[in-house]
Amino acid sequence: MLQGKNALVTGASRGIGREIALELARQGANVAVNFSGNEAKAQEVVEEIKAIGRNAIKVQADVANETCVKEMVKEVIGEFGTLDILVNNAGVTRDNLLMRMKEEEFDQVINTNLKGVFICTKAVTRQMMKQKSGQIINVSSIVGVSGNPGQANYVAAKAGVIGLTKTTAKELASRNIRVNAVAPGFISTDMTDALTEEQQAGMLDMIPLGKLGKPEEVAKVVRFLASEDASYITGQTIHIDGGMVM
Amino acid sequence: MADVFDRVKAIIVDRLDVDESKVTMEASFKDDLEADSLDVVELVMELEDEFDMEIADEEAEKINTVGDAVNYINSL
Repeated sequence: MLQGKNALVTGASRGIGREIALELARQGANVAVNFSGNEAKAQEVVEEIKAIGRNAIKVQADVANETCVKEMVKEVIGEFGTLDILVNNAGVTRDNLLMRMKEEEFDQVINTNLKGVFICTKAVTRQMMKQKSGQIINVSSIVGVSGNPGQANYVAAKAGVIGLTKTTAKELASRNIRVNAVAPGFISTDMTDALTEEQQAGMLDMIPLGKLGKPEEVAKVVRFLASEDASYITGQTIHIDGGMVM
Repeated sequence: MADVFDRVKAIIVDRLDVDESKVTMEASFKDDLEADSLDVVELVMELEDEFDMEIADEEAEKINTVGDAVNYINSL
């Protein structure tokens, strides 16, 4: 499905990003595994991808730092020769009620989750324009559509990503570059495992399909959007949330 | 000088698919050569590769005519 394609996945050392990196590799892509802090975890993902039989490298960069990102993209293209798929997945949370949220908490989340998408997208666009093809998939969140108390910064960033996706899609469509987003709902991760049974039950009440999602259920949609099967889709945000927000 | 102009012209003719005679020093990319904003960005990228240099965004924004591009390259 993605044979011979080269991908860069940001924030790929764990969680949904890790699953996306592995899924792209399973479908034939070589993958650059971006991480910011956890080198050992990133190395594990690299090893797993190599075990699948694809090429993989780990590349460190803070996505909010343009200089680092440019270096990273140069390194990836140097290693792989082309860059066909960018998955902007890196994200952080600094949850707090609006009344309690500090300016720096707001800025940190906007910088990584929104500005980081802008910086990484800009950095790969030159290469993709030259190739006259490319797929960019941004990981937004369902709360970017619905809002969520305690996450003003995160929600603002994730809603911003949806707008950025649409604009980038329009700007780059004439160069055969497709840009789409996914908006995961409650996905089973370390974070949701830590919730109490009561909290989990409360979450399940809001989900028509009655269960949490799995990281691979997000990864498979990203893989679809990255493939030629999605060749007529651009500028869209696909909800992966068990029907929570329609 | 002529050398730079000829190299720039060749890229423009190829990239924008325009007749060679239209590519003069005075020709405006957008008005005379029917380039859209993205075409100009791409053109600047190609010039960077051709002449092995980097044009800063602030400088690139000032390039409106073929002459602007040629003069910028000659000024380096």
